[in-house]
Amino acid sequence: MNELRVNTLESEAIYILREVAAQFEKPVLLFSGGKDSITLVRLAQKAFWPAKIPFPFLHVDTGHNFPETIEFRDRLAKELGIDLIVRNVQDNIDAGKVVEETGKYASRNMLQTETLLDAIEEFGFDACIGGARRDEEKARAKERIFSVRSDFGEWDEKNQRPELFDLLNGKIELGQNVRCFPISNWTELDVWSYIERENIEIPSIYFAHKRKVFLRDGMIWSAEDDVVYRAEDEEVQEMMVRFRTVGDMSCTAAVLSDAVSISKVVQEIRDSSISERGARIDDKRSEAAMEKRKQQGYF
Amino acid sequence: MEVLKIATAGSVDDGKSTLIGRILYDTRSLTDDKLEAIERTSKQKGFDYLDFSLATDGLVAEREQGITIDVAHIYFSTAKKSYIIADTPGHVEYTRNMVTGASTSQAAIILVDARNGVIEQTYRHFFINNLLKVKDIIVAVNKMDLVDFAQDKFEAIKAEITALAKRAGSTQNITFIPVSALQGDNVVDKSENTPWYTGTTLLEHFEALEAQDIYEESVARLPVQTVIRPKKDEFHDFRGYAGKLYGGSLAVGDEVTVLPSKTASKIKDIYFFDKKYSVAERGTSINITLENDINISRGDIVVKSSELPRETKALEAKVCWMDTTNLVVGKKYFLQQGANVIAAKVSAINSVIATDFSGEAPATELKINEIGNVSFKLAKTLFYDTYAENKTTGSFILIDPQTNNTSGAGFIQ
Ligand SMILES: Nc1nc2c(ncn2[C@@H]2O[C@H](COP(=O)(O)OP(=O)(O)OP(=O)(O)O)[C@@H](O)[C@H]2O)c(=O)[nH]1
Ligand SMILES: [Mg+2]
Repeated sequence: MNELRVNTLESEAIYILREVAAQFEKPVLLFSGGKDSITLVRLAQKAFWPAKIPFPFLHVDTGHNFPETIEFRDRLAKELGIDLIVRNVQDNIDAGKVVEETGKYASRNMLQTETLLDAIEEFGFDACIGGARRDEEKARAKERIFSVRSDFGEWDEKNQRPELFDLLNGKIELGQNVRCFPISNWTELDVWSYIERENIEIPSIYFAHKRKVFLRDGMIWSAEDDVVYRAEDEEVQEMMVRFRTVGDMSCTAAVLSDAVSISKVVQEIRDSSISERGARIDDKRSEAAMEKRKQQGYF
Repeated sequence: MEVLKIATAGSVDDGKSTLIGRILYDTRSLTDDKLEAIERTSKQKGFDYLDFSLATDGLVAEREQGITIDVAHIYFSTAKKSYIIADTPGHVEYTRNMVTGASTSQAAIILVDARNGVIEQTYRHFFINNLLKVKDIIVAVNKMDLVDFAQDKFEAIKAEITALAKRAGSTQNITFIPVSALQGDNVVDKSENTPWYTGTTLLEHFEALEAQDIYEESVARLPVQTVIRPKKDEFHDFRGYAGKLYGGSLAVGDEVTVLPSKTASKIKDIYFFDKKYSVAERGTSINITLENDINISRGDIVVKSSELPRETKALEAKVCWMDTTNLVVGKKYFLQQGANVIAAKVSAINSVIATDFSGEAPATELKINEIGNVSFKLAKTLFYDTYAENKTTGSFILIDPQTNNTSGAGFIQ
């Protein structure tokens, strides 16, 4: 007898992905090439096997992504035979629709929202599946699994629908859209443990490697990529580092690490006394940085 | 590792968020950057102590007003267990968010301010936890520091809630703990200020609880979420029925009945991803195939033929109302039970129930935050169990077709 035992978080995520596929007409999976979206892809494979994943992937490319991530993104979509839609923040900048930030902390994180909302409108997506987790950030901790957004992408955080048991209400009006978060209840450690258990391939920048870096505000920044602003007096040195998140390079700092394998990464996270987004300068701009971005349509 | 889901409850300002922040602090679960942020903000606000509620009150409006508006989900773990805590708001206006947090939890910490004792919101939250059949109730008598850790205050509250539980016919496990969320007494570490208290601390109590799925062992129910048809050569005739299994296990060869068509068949294969299993435990998200080629679509339920549910086109249920537009006779809603959505019309409001268990009164409408007995006429036959028998097939939400809002929650008695 071979008995299937329950893995609560995995079952919950698969359940949510199936609800999205069944309740919406045009869902899309937001795929960044980061570990959370890679985990989502594995869960989606499991949810619909032997059928293909029944929705395309969308990547909002800031133009500031790690080259390793982009390469990885293209390869995975090709392997799975999934349509990959890429929309570039650069196009909106070139068209004069948005203005690039300047200065030391310039990042394209805010500009992503505009491109995302344009893509939603262009394709008529009614649901966007994202790999956001509630343990990441205090505003995320407040969000529902099905998070209804207005046709301007706005999150009405003080007026969310009740969400009881496993019951997900995806009913919306034309123009509205729902952000769906299958791994809401996973922690960073849960994701890494799952990647280890499932032996999922991830981009190389998640592992410790030698990199030319410089220090600023007690954080380690890549000196190998020109999109990261570096002042003349900020000295370049070589260190063993890895990245805990792979967002926009210009706002994602590295951490010192010698974790060269997944099991070592898992151990490192277990022992860490800094949260995952502690290395994200975009969240440090103000107490409410994430909430404000969300209200405007960000993930 | 075991995952224990706990929700907070109790009136506004009774100290729920502070308590959760304190647990995180005392278990060293706050990372350095999060602790620094709390220290910084507490200082800015001019407090001479750390405001631990900042660990969970994540919205700007919450931090400004010092209250919780919506549920925060908080994660931490000990060597023994992983915890998911839903920190819910106490304000009556946000009861719908409290219900949201409580609905998926196995345990509830109901806080009572030792100075104020049991008040209206305490009753309401106790009632909701009872209605939801949340198994383990921990009454944390908080702010003991403000009553000089007086035993008689604690005992009085204990006596009052014990009487309430009796009146409610509650079968829940109820535990009482005197705490100070602010100072940490009996939260993680045992307090020296309560020598008269011999029980466990809050965390010790959680550590000893056996984590269980809120969907308990009863009868197997597989609501079909989606039909999987691969349209690939190698799986040409494959037709899988995918869903999350509730209440009991299913095995290959089981004689099953598909509802509403009442067609009988046998389970041919049970898949999870690309692997076949002979038995699936409850709680698993599976994909099954059947021996016969029958017509099944989303919303159908697969059950064992020996364990058929009840059926009706005229439903009666306890309804917890969560919308500012009142529930009135004649109004139509979508009733969503599992993956099944059917049209329902309110045919009668039989009574509104007092949340202090003092009785029921006739009513013509249900207002926000009220709970009542309601009758519905259904467009199609509903297959159901009582909520006591099976939480999945015994509960539903009501969706307003005009606003798409989730307006109410129903519990079939
Ligand atoms: N002295 C004392 N004050 C406390 C204690 N617990 C909480 N407080 C204070 O009570 C106030 C309210 O605390 P919160 O934790 O925000 O209360 P809450 O129950 O989460 O409130 P809502 O979420 O808005 O319902 C704050 O000023 C706390 O500092 C305690 O044990 N002793
Ligand atoms: Mg609170």
